[in-house]
Amino acid sequence: MGRYVARRLLLTIPVLIGASFLIFAMVYALPGDPIRALGGDRPLSPAVVEVLREQFHLDDPLYVQYWEYVRGLFSGDLGTDFRGRPVLDTIERTLPVTVKLTIVAIVLEAVIGLTAGVLAGIRRNSFFDNLVLVSTTLVVSIPILVLAFLTQLLFGLKLGWFPIAGTREGIYSYILPGLVLASGSLAYVARLTRTSLAENLRADYVRTARAKGLPNRTVIVRHTLRNSLIPVVTFIGADIGALLGGAIVTESVFNLPGIGREVFDSVRAQEGAVVVGIVTLMVFFFIFFNLVVDVLYAVLDPRIRYD
Amino acid sequence: MTDQQQLDLRKDEVEAGTTTGLASPSVDVTSDRQNSLWSDAWGELKRNPLFWIGAVLGVLFLVMAIVPQVFARGVDPRACDLANSKALPSAQHWFGYDQQGCDYLANVVYGARSSLIIGVTAVLVVLVLGVAVGAIAGYYGGVTDGILSRLADIFYALPLILGALVLLRVGPSTDIPIINSRGPGAVAIALALFGWMTAMRLVRSQVIAVKSSDYVAAARAMGASGRRILVRHILPNAVAPVLVYATITIGVLIAAEATLTYLGVGLQRPAISWGLQIEAGQDSIRSAPHLVLFPSLILTLTVMAFVMMGDALRDALDPRQRA
Repeated sequence: MGRYVARRLLLTIPVLIGASFLIFAMVYALPGDPIRALGGDRPLSPAVVEVLREQFHLDDPLYVQYWEYVRGLFSGDLGTDFRGRPVLDTIERTLPVTVKLTIVAIVLEAVIGLTAGVLAGIRRNSFFDNLVLVSTTLVVSIPILVLAFLTQLLFGLKLGWFPIAGTREGIYSYILPGLVLASGSLAYVARLTRTSLAENLRADYVRTARAKGLPNRTVIVRHTLRNSLIPVVTFIGADIGALLGGAIVTESVFNLPGIGREVFDSVRAQEGAVVVGIVTLMVFFFIFFNLVVDVLYAVLDPRIRYD
Repeated sequence: MTDQQQLDLRKDEVEAGTTTGLASPSVDVTSDRQNSLWSDAWGELKRNPLFWIGAVLGVLFLVMAIVPQVFARGVDPRACDLANSKALPSAQHWFGYDQQGCDYLANVVYGARSSLIIGVTAVLVVLVLGVAVGAIAGYYGGVTDGILSRLADIFYALPLILGALVLLRVGPSTDIPIINSRGPGAVAIALALFGWMTAMRLVRSQVIAVKSSDYVAAARAMGASGRRILVRHILPNAVAPVLVYATITIGVLIAAEATLTYLGVGLQRPAISWGLQIEAGQDSIRSAPHLVLFPSLILTLTVMAFVMMGDALRDALDPRQRA
């Protein structure tokens, strides 16, 4: 197990470097001259422009710039944006919002998805089962963008149950965007639970449990659910990493100042350092949670051995 | 009518008359022919209502993309009168008017073309990239596989919307041909560039699974070249999962295109696009909610058509998932 984790950790390094370099190379080609834009109506003197270009390594070739960036990264320095604010500060300011949003989304995804999936899986081909199948197809088909506006319109404007923008009302403000962010995964969790449960209900050990005369409840909760939930738990785990990086649209529509909206604003404002910093962080989350899940898989399911 | 068609027809007729499926004439009708994966799948598909809903919607939007003037009831989407600005839906104008006072039904209908073109083009590029890279990685293995798989990992770690967003923002200032065009081509390429990895993984795992089978060894013993083995003997096995994936992905990428356009980096005015309509309509969501609702509805139905067809296709092609 230790060797497997070490090997996986080593494999993540080229992926992390590759992904951040890919974004870096694209951002490097961002249009316009950000230094000139900084001056606004009153153009900066050539000497100032010179110093700033030097400071941000804007005249060096791409790989030198990237090397300078990685060197800074290892000493905990993510650089500054063109106004001199450290990127680390921007991340510290915006990350908590995204983390809260992700937690709300994951909780909703797990609770609603699992409940629907279990109820549908126990009673295959019942009315509820078909309802789950149809509604998950529907939810998967509605683009996040559309779902965001629909929930804003329905729950925010028509019914007035939830705030539709900003973070002023505490955790309450996160419920609607959390639901929208989680919708696709929620549907997937429901379907995965249903399929997995239905498959395991036909397994030999379930027949054995029934033959022993155990009550139906015990057979399902103790024997079937435990095995059926392994793929579901691992999916939810990996989804944390995906949701942390996938909230650009949700955060923009619901006006939440998290890393998703920050990276979108930074792409528009040509703030290369912020874009690269946040995207690298998102990629790190994604890889990290996938790794955790792979290890978790072996812990939860003794049939899987990596050595 | 060939024998095959006659047999199929007979099977249809029997099936149409039996609702329980117990009287399925599998023995006498199919005994003298080989049931291929595809004929089994088609039999399964025909009985799936989800497939028919998806297929009817898909054909509807395809026709809408080809001859929008029929669905727009002959109204020119660019013939506008500001006096009608944001007028609500009425019996003459089913979808009402937009901000500039243009007929909204015509505008929404004309939006189908660019969405479908981008969705289909992007998926075709995804297939070319995914199948080529996946087949090479799976067939040659070793270092080649290691490098190509890491490359896929790198792209996989970047969220689709984010990668495409950065590329499309940067695109116009570069001198790379299609990428700098701000048109449908740029959007399709950007989506494909950050969306080819799943197709690659599907093909790669299929190739690895089949590579060591006896019939591949037999083909090799007869002196077939690596390329011939790959194209004639191995890749056909990957067609079924890739087809399912591609169908659903058309829908997913149509949604992604609308999102990128909404975010301001996709199609640009004066193009007619659902993403642009939603973007323009969101400011007046309180006074004129129909401006967001109608393009959203049609966009969702389009995505749903492909998701439903893909779902039904998966159920039909994978017998293990049958209840």
